Amino acid sequence: MENLLSIVTFLPLIAAGILALFLRGEDEAAQRAAKWLALAATSATFLISIAIYTQFDPSDTGFQMVEEYDWLAGLKYKMGVDGISVLFVLLTTFLMPLVIAASWNVTDRVKEYMIAFLVLETLMIAVFCALDLILFYVVFEAGLIPMFLIVGIWGGKDRIYAAFKFFLYTLLGSVLMLVAMIAMYVDAGTTDIPTLLAHEFSSSTLSIFGWQIVGGAQTLMFLAFFASFAVKMPMWPFHTWLPDAHVQAPTAGSVVLAAILLKMGGYGFLRFSLPMFPVGAELLSGFVLWLSVIAIVYTSLVALMQEDMKKLIAYSSVAHMGFVTMGIFAFNQQGLDGAIFQMISHGFISGALFLSVGVIYDRMHTRDIDAYGGLVVRMPVYAMIFMLFTMANVGLPGTSGFVGEFLTLVGIFQTNTWVAFFATSGVILSAGYALWLYRRVVFGDMIKESLKAITDMTAREKWIFAPLVVMTILLGVYPALVLDLIGPSVAQLVHDLEPVLEAARGSSAVAATH
Amino acid sequence: METIILFAPLVGALISGFGHRMIGEKAAITSATALLFLAAALSWIVFLGYDGQMQQIPLMRWVESGSLSADWAIRLDRLTTIMLIVVTTVSSLVHLYSFGYMDKDPQWKDGESYKPRFFAYLSFFTFAMLMLVTSDNLLQMFFGWEGVGVASYLLIGFYYRKPSANAAAIKAFVVNRVGDFGFALGIFGLFYMVDSIKLDDVFGAGHHLSTVKMSFLYMEISAIELLTFLLFIGAMGKSAQLFLHTWLPDAMEGPTPVSALIHAATMVTAGVFLVCRMSPLFEYAPGTLMFVTVIGALTAFVAATIGLVQNDIKRVIAYSTMSQLGYMFAAAGVGVYQAAMFHLFTHAFFKAMLFLGAGSVIHAMHHEQDMRNYGNLRKKIPVTFWAMMIGTLAITGVGIPSTLMKLGETPIGFAGFLSKDAIIESTFAAGSEVGQFAFVLLVAAAAMTAFYSWRLIFMTFYGVEKGDKHTHEHAHESPKTMLIPLVILAVGSVLAGMVWYGDFFGENVAGFFGGSVYTNHDTNTVIHDAHHVPKWVIWAPFIAMASGFVLAWIFYIRRPHIPAVLAEQFNFVYRLFLNKWYFDEVYDVVFVRGAKWLGRFLWKKGDGTVIDGSINGIAMGIVPYFTRLAGRAQSGYLFHYALAMVIGIVALITWMSISGGAH
Repeated sequence: MENLLSIVTFLPLIAAGILALFLRGEDEAAQRAAKWLALAATSATFLISIAIYTQFDPSDTGFQMVEEYDWLAGLKYKMGVDGISVLFVLLTTFLMPLVIAASWNVTDRVKEYMIAFLVLETLMIAVFCALDLILFYVVFEAGLIPMFLIVGIWGGKDRIYAAFKFFLYTLLGSVLMLVAMIAMYVDAGTTDIPTLLAHEFSSSTLSIFGWQIVGGAQTLMFLAFFASFAVKMPMWPFHTWLPDAHVQAPTAGSVVLAAILLKMGGYGFLRFSLPMFPVGAELLSGFVLWLSVIAIVYTSLVALMQEDMKKLIAYSSVAHMGFVTMGIFAFNQQGLDGAIFQMISHGFISGALFLSVGVIYDRMHTRDIDAYGGLVVRMPVYAMIFMLFTMANVGLPGTSGFVGEFLTLVGIFQTNTWVAFFATSGVILSAGYALWLYRRVVFGDMIKESLKAITDMTAREKWIFAPLVVMTILLGVYPALVLDLIGPSVAQLVHDLEPVLEAARGSSAVAATH
Repeated sequence: METIILFAPLVGALISGFGHRMIGEKAAITSATALLFLAAALSWIVFLGYDGQMQQIPLMRWVESGSLSADWAIRLDRLTTIMLIVVTTVSSLVHLYSFGYMDKDPQWKDGESYKPRFFAYLSFFTFAMLMLVTSDNLLQMFFGWEGVGVASYLLIGFYYRKPSANAAAIKAFVVNRVGDFGFALGIFGLFYMVDSIKLDDVFGAGHHLSTVKMSFLYMEISAIELLTFLLFIGAMGKSAQLFLHTWLPDAMEGPTPVSALIHAATMVTAGVFLVCRMSPLFEYAPGTLMFVTVIGALTAFVAATIGLVQNDIKRVIAYSTMSQLGYMFAAAGVGVYQAAMFHLFTHAFFKAMLFLGAGSVIHAMHHEQDMRNYGNLRKKIPVTFWAMMIGTLAITGVGIPSTLMKLGETPIGFAGFLSKDAIIESTFAAGSEVGQFAFVLLVAAAAMTAFYSWRLIFMTFYGVEKGDKHTHEHAHESPKTMLIPLVILAVGSVLAGMVWYGDFFGENVAGFFGGSVYTNHDTNTVIHDAHHVPKWVIWAPFIAMASGFVLAWIFYIRRPHIPAVLAEQFNFVYRLFLNKWYFDEVYDVVFVRGAKWLGRFLWKKGDGTVIDGSINGIAMGIVPYFTRLAGRAQSGYLFHYALAMVIGIVALITWMSISGGAH
């Protein structure tokens, strides 16, 4: 199949088109049809995407399965994957059927709901496959729209506020990125990403309004991209949109947001910031590392005091993304391997945690931690699954959550022991907030009258969790499934960064001797 | 065979945890127990047949990233075989004991299924512990390390209806994580310096690391001192050493078989195992070893003082455990890892038995744990009484001082006598100041050990019946499933010391341990010198033990009014001991409340006022405007906004195309 990536990318969009054009009516049959079609489309997408996994050759560090066509007025449509992006595609296709299945009880505007998710899937896959700057920008930004609608239409009480906060925050970050992209186009004369990766952007010191800018154009471009990716991640202190968006989003929206959309920031750093602006990245790495470690400690402490389950998990996500940026800016194999692994793993774990909240939210219609207690008495299966993901969230060895955390910390220890020291203290805090949450919700005696009729997970819910349970343990016990795929590409990236790091070390050594 | 030992408990855990609906409760817990006995039998075969050759058995790939490689594997050497028999023997006996102890547990309502879950946790714990002791690299050890932590968390909080049990479970996990924080940093640092976390590579680097410095937190420190210190922080957490010990007494909230297995015989000794396992590094780190000795001795002493005045039977034994762990660290600290392992080995028998015996008493007394409500039970539960008696003789170290009489080269006495005296003599033989310090504290602790152990016996089995009369009338001996483990452990408590003295501490020691424990013979001759200490040193622990017994006898048999008078007169000291030196109170104010306050402050002020305040208020002043606008509109109008965005993006693309197009 020569057009494998395009098929995987556009299959959901075609399904969305069918829904939009041919499905009429709001009755139950129409709703059911919309759900089944969406489930079938996302499942088919996943099954086809397995071919990407089998065809992918990890030893080749270049782009594979490349497709290139002319698009609108001289623009290029170019797709391809390498070791860094391929797993994000698979993560997306893997999670979307589960997301659809988790939305089975939606009754409001079902057709539009399914269309929004299907369009979103196409855009997300395209982000990870795009090899043209314009194409990347378009799908990167367009992805905001369905998410904005999902929060704004199917969200909770304050959905409008949350949707706009989410939208404006991320859009404003992206405006700067757009400016930098135009500058890149002017400088390199192309929007082809593989060509840009080989292009060396100027790093000689610039003087603007009397300000000396070390690293020159690279520093400025790095900062512009950083604005966009830091908001997406989100990094401290640009994270406050995330708890609001999560709290208001419907369960499925939260899952997609935490599991996939947040990864676009990390992916952006790996695809653009590091390889294209290495001098800028190196110059500002200290700054990024400290933001990361502040995120880990700060948001973990904040998570400790949350009263809303979704907010708590949202803050926990910010802390976990702190490990990702820390690993990326460690600039070594373990750090980068760990960062990618952490993103993949967090996709499964945070998705499962938001689904866990959804399970009891569907029954009790509240996310207040205080409204629960003693669920284990009536919901033993739920208690077990929630326990597994709580432990995975605190990075228990044997679950996928451990591998990423461990590798990023190993990586950063070689770069900066202070950062490593504070980041490692995050493992204490995460145990604190996660276990305390679990205790208040699941343990204790069941004394609240309102809970006495609560029922355990249904078969549908168990089937949604089963793949996540399998992945979390499988990747924890045999992480080579991921590490083998990403290893060579990461090694190549580290290798390419080496001259810049070498030069930086040299100059600081020179500075030290003077 | 080693693979079967390792995975049998895991299979048992899965069968018991998930299979009980299919095959029934009884069959599930029986298979878990049978698999454990299989593992124990194989472990003894491996231990007795071990030929001294270190073997590495690879199992599967694990974490591999760049030059970092840590795979699932079994490392079989003397240390491993010792730990295998300790873990599987105690675990299988505790499984058997739990048949009786957990039957008709009054904590549960009728019809609630709890036994398969309990056995699954026990078996899972055993699996994790075996992973820890068989690991061939630091990462697998960390897997086991955290795995036993989770099992401990689940079992402490087993009675999940009780708030105190839940609190204790979280406390245990979080305090252990503080230790793991150090352990993890130690692993990172070792990889940084050695470029490997395989044990062989790490061991080979000991000498090199002692010659270099590494920078850590802007300091330039001796690499070996720093790394061993960090690893020892991990050991302190797991083994409940002073400052990281507060979780252990609270862990007694778990069912008593759990206390015997995890919080006495096996998991808490993992820290001691770690230090012994890492002896090729610790031997080059005199500074860290001094610290280990001091912490060990202080722990032994402080825990013993607290044990003097506790009234809960399980808490007395918990503090006793903490104190004995201190002995083991003191031995390791003066470089006699063999004595530490010896005490670990004998302690597993008699401490497990004391706990199981206490469980039997609790079982007989309808789950009453306050010793002030016991008394005169020796006739009603005779087997339990004799078991506890033997356990007490073992822990207090009853034996004949070796200057008087010996069996060949082996001193005569209960298991604890041989191993504890080996430690005390080693600290003296170390000849250093910290060695002297440890010697004094350990002898004092030995006196207190005798006192609180006999106090327990006297308050429980002698004197007059106190407390609820009805409970006393119905006190009954435990079923056979509980008594058989007691009897087996009793045999071990009597004989384990004398049978293995030669191997662990006597003439065979070098051949027995082989390369599994490293002694730097250039600087460390303590184990040799320990056999040539002055006579008074050999007599010191004996006299301490005897005086502890006599005092306890006077206080609790002869003149039972004395304790109250003393508590009155030395009120400050009494309160200090009773309140566990106020560690919990201080930690609560500083760490628990501190973290909560900080978390709330950062949330409300940091996120709320500062970040959202500035971003929303200034840059995003438009949000409320949009909110109002959208609030008036139907949510369907959102599509219009979305459409506007699409148009914007299309406009952008058009501009890009017109301005030249991409090449």
